[in-house]
Amino acid sequence: MALELPENVVISKLDALASWCRKNSLWPMPFATACCGIELMATGASKHDLARFGAEVFRFSPRQCDLMIVAGRVVMKMLPVLQRIWSQMHEPKWCISMGACASTGGVFDTYSVVQGIDRFLPVDMYVPGCPPRPEQLIQSIIDLQDKIQREGTISGREFTTAARQQPKRALVEVAAASQLDSARNPVF
Amino acid sequence: MPMASPGTITALTAKFPLVIKSEFRGETRVVLPVEQLLEIMGFLKGELGFDYLVDITCVDYLNYRDARDRFGLVYLLSNISANERLTARVYLNEPNLTVPSVVPLWEGANWLEREVYDMFGIVFDGHPDLRRILCPEEFTAYPLRKDYPMQGRGERHNFMRLGRDET
Ligand code: SF4
Repeated sequence: MALELPENVVISKLDALASWCRKNSLWPMPFATACCGIELMATGASKHDLARFGAEVFRFSPRQCDLMIVAGRVVMKMLPVLQRIWSQMHEPKWCISMGACASTGGVFDTYSVVQGIDRFLPVDMYVPGCPPRPEQLIQSIIDLQDKIQREGTISGREFTTAARQQPKRALVEVAAASQLDSARNPVF
Repeated sequence: MPMASPGTITALTAKFPLVIKSEFRGETRVVLPVEQLLEIMGFLKGELGFDYLVDITCVDYLNYRDARDRFGLVYLLSNISANERLTARVYLNEPNLTVPSVVPLWEGANWLEREVYDMFGIVFDGHPDLRRILCPEEFTAYPLRKDYPMQGRGERHNFMRLGRDET
């Protein structure tokens, strides 16, 4: 009976398991550039206690994070830094745009302020407010967890990039070495 | 705020007759001719004891009522030992927006002049390192000029977009 199940059932269950693991251990990368960052700190601190939702370990290294929280305005000169940090984070990764400034530029409609980071980066959740209360940020993280569980990596988008399709470097080197070997010691 | 003593002003105007002085609410301001700027600044520092350059800033008088000149470059000087302050101005008009740098007199002028250059496009002749200080290097305009649009000239859209697939 079990053998007759179509293969993809198993795959989707595994995916759900992976998503479940991921959504409950988000590692936020705090990109706090302005006043919203204070609320972000409050969210992580004891009173609001983000740890209850499995996302309390803020890391300041993009390599260790999978959730970027952009809290505050981003100016033009900062944008390349933001993009670079986003590129350095490993897939799967998500982005929360916290506050009016990060989402739309807020009241700072001037030459130097980026009018919404989603013009330059993919954003998963927008949190309105100036600044949003910690409850709102927590709500957005809960919603994001829902989204992660629902969408997961069903498309496997982190595995579909061109770079991922290439054989691993070690494999390439082994293959090259064995070719070299066989050239050096021809088999008669 | 302490103002410049009458003796200081008299000494300055006696040596440089082209200096125009004016008063406003007990503050004495002087307008310096740009050709003599470095000479006068050297005199102010060396002879009159203005050993501290507080700030350099600039005003764009475009569309300002009764204004005759476009840019007013403002030097705020201070004499720490005598507790005197002096506001000195230089008026500039396009296309000649070059003034001599005062970095040889006050080292602290370095970043102040870079900021004025960045925001207003005033060129400081003889500055050791006249680069933009606040705006990105690729920026081409001078954003604090009054004819610069509030919302920019599209500089902020010139970045690449990162999508889900690029990274
Ligand atoms: S949205 Fe409000 S609180 Fe947040 S960075 Fe902007 S101005 Fe500050």
